[in-house]
Amino acid sequence: MTDPLLLVAPVAWPLLLAAVAMLVRRRPWAAELAGGIGVAGMAFASLLLFHRATGGRPLPMTVFGGWPRAFAVSFDARLPGALLVLVTALVAVGVFLFGHADIRERRRRSGYDALLLALCAAVNGAFLTGDLFNLYVWFELALVAALGLLTIDRRLGQIDGAIRYAAFAMLGATFILIGIGLIYGSFGTLDLATLTSEIAARPASVSTTLAAVLMLSGLALKSGLAPFHIWLPVAYPAAPITVAALFGGLLSKMGFYALLLIVGVLFRGGGATAPVLGWIAAATMLLCAAGALAQTDMRRLIAYHVIAQVGYMTAGLAAATEAGMAAAVFYMVHSIIVQANLFLGVGAIRRATGSWNLNHAGGMTRSNPIFAFLFAVPILSLAGIPPLSGFWAKLVVLRATIDGGMPWLALAALVAALLTLISMAFLWSEACWTIPAGDRRVRPVPPAMLAGMALLSAATLAIGLMPDRLFLLTRLSARMLVNLGAGA
Amino acid sequence: MTILYAATAAIIMGAAVYLILSRNLVRMLLGLSLLSNGVNMLLFVAGDFSSRLPPIIVDGEKVLGPSADPLAQALILTAIVIGFALTVVLAALVLRVWRAAGTVDARAVDKAETLAKPRIPVARRD
Repeated sequence: MTDPLLLVAPVAWPLLLAAVAMLVRRRPWAAELAGGIGVAGMAFASLLLFHRATGGRPLPMTVFGGWPRAFAVSFDARLPGALLVLVTALVAVGVFLFGHADIRERRRRSGYDALLLALCAAVNGAFLTGDLFNLYVWFELALVAALGLLTIDRRLGQIDGAIRYAAFAMLGATFILIGIGLIYGSFGTLDLATLTSEIAARPASVSTTLAAVLMLSGLALKSGLAPFHIWLPVAYPAAPITVAALFGGLLSKMGFYALLLIVGVLFRGGGATAPVLGWIAAATMLLCAAGALAQTDMRRLIAYHVIAQVGYMTAGLAAATEAGMAAAVFYMVHSIIVQANLFLGVGAIRRATGSWNLNHAGGMTRSNPIFAFLFAVPILSLAGIPPLSGFWAKLVVLRATIDGGMPWLALAALVAALLTLISMAFLWSEACWTIPAGDRRVRPVPPAMLAGMALLSAATLAIGLMPDRLFLLTRLSARMLVNLGAGA
Repeated sequence: MTILYAATAAIIMGAAVYLILSRNLVRMLLGLSLLSNGVNMLLFVAGDFSSRLPPIIVDGEKVLGPSADPLAQALILTAIVIGFALTVVLAALVLRVWRAAGTVDARAVDKAETLAKPRIPVARRD
C-alpha cells in the first residue's frame, strides 16, 4: 500500500496543502506556512521517489481502480519522470525561499501559495503519468493554476498577458486532444507503453500521421517553439517574478517533456514530422537568441532565452537517436534550474535598483558581491562557459546532432550559442558592472532572496563539476524511453 | 453514420476556427468553447458507438459483452469538465478586460505588449 502512496505523493501532497492554503489565505502567515509545508513535503517525497527509481527496487507501475492497464489512470515512476520531479521540487523550494522576501501579504491573500502548490502538483502529475489522456488533464490543470498566478495582481497588463496565454494554450490543448482522439480511434488504448509498441508494429496510416502533426503543433504552441513563440515573451514578463521563474523553469519544460514522450517515443523520432523538427529547432534557437539581443527589459530578455533553450532541447530530439534523447533530458535538467535562477536574479536586481530596465540598472557587483557571485553562475551556465552545466548540455546536444547526421543543426546551435553569450555578457555588464544612471542608491538584496538563488546556483555548480552522474542518469532515461514499448 | 458524425464535428470545428480568428475577444471565447465541443464529438466518433447497450458486465460473466465504449465516454466527460472550466476562466478574464479597458477589441488590449517593450538606451554618464 505504501508504494502507490509514495508514487502519488509528489502530486497529492501539494494538492492537499493547496486546499489548506486556500482555506487559510486570509491569514498570510498561515498561507505561507501551508505553502512551506507543501513544498517541503513535496521535496521529501520526490527525493524518496528518485532514490527508489535509481536504486535497486524501482517502484512498480500503479494503475488505479483495480482495472487492467490501458483502461485506467496509471502512474509510473520511470527514470526521466522521477529525475524531473526531483528537479521540480528543487526549483519549487528555491522559488518559495525567494518568495518569502518578494511576495507581499496582498498576493498571499489572493491565493498565491495555493496556486503555486497546485501548479507544482500538475507539473509533477505530467512527469509521472503513464497515460496519454492523463497527460492532457495535467496540462490543463497546470494552465488553470498558471492563469491564476499570472493575474494575481489583477492588473490590466497581467489580464492581457493571460488572455494571450490562455488563447494559445487552449488552442494547443485542443490540437493535442484531437490527436488523442485520432489515436484512440485507431488503437483503442491510450496507455503510453502499449501505444508505443502498437504504433511501431503498424505501418503509418492517415490518422496516425495526422495525429502526429496535430500533437506536434499543439505541443509547439504550448512550449513556445517557433513559429508559435510570439505569446511567450509577452505573457511571462507580466507575471510576478517568482511566478515567471516557475513558468520559465517548469511550464515550458513540461510542454517539451510531452513533446519528448509523444514525438520522440510514441512516433519514433516524429514519423512524418521528423524532417520539420530540425528546422523548428534551428528557427527557434536563432530567432529567440537574436530576439533576446534587442531587449532592454530584463524579464523579456530572459523570456526569449527560455524559448531559445527549448530550441536546443528540440535539436537533441530532432537527432532521433538514443544519444539525442539523453542530450534532450540533460538539457532539460540544466535549463529548468538555470532559467528559474535567472528570473529570480532579475527579480533581485529589480529589488536592489528599482527598475526592470537594463538602462537604469547597474552597480550590483559593488553593492551586493554575494548576489553577483550567485547570479554569475546561471549567467555563465546559460552562456555555455565550462565547467558549468550549460557547457556540458550544449556539448551533448552538439555531439548528438552531428552524430545524427545533422551538421547544419549543430552549426545553427553554435551561432545561437554565440548570440546567447553576447546577450548574457550584455545583461551582466549592464546590471552588475556599470554605474547606475543618475547615481541611484543600490539597496541590498534580502537574505531570503539570496538563499533561494544559492540553492539553485549550488545545483548548477554541482552538475557542472560532477556531470558524470547526470550523464549516467540521462543515458539510463533515454534507454528507458526507447525501451518503453518493449516491456509492455 | 460515422461520416455524418465526422462531418458534424468538422462543421463545428470550422465554425469555431472562424470565430477564433475574430478580433472581438467574446467571439474568440465562443470559438474556443465551440472548438472543445467539436473535439468532444470527434472523441465520441473515435470510440465504438455502434451499440447502444450500457457497458455493464452481465451477471456471471467475466468480460464486457458488445456494448457502447465506456472509455470514450469517460474521456468526453473529463474533456467537457475541463473545457467548461477553461471557458469560465477565460470568460472571467474577458470580463475583467471589459471592465478595465471598456472594450473587447483585441487591438486595444495591448498593455502586456507595451509593458516590457525595448527602449532606446539613454545616454550614459561614463
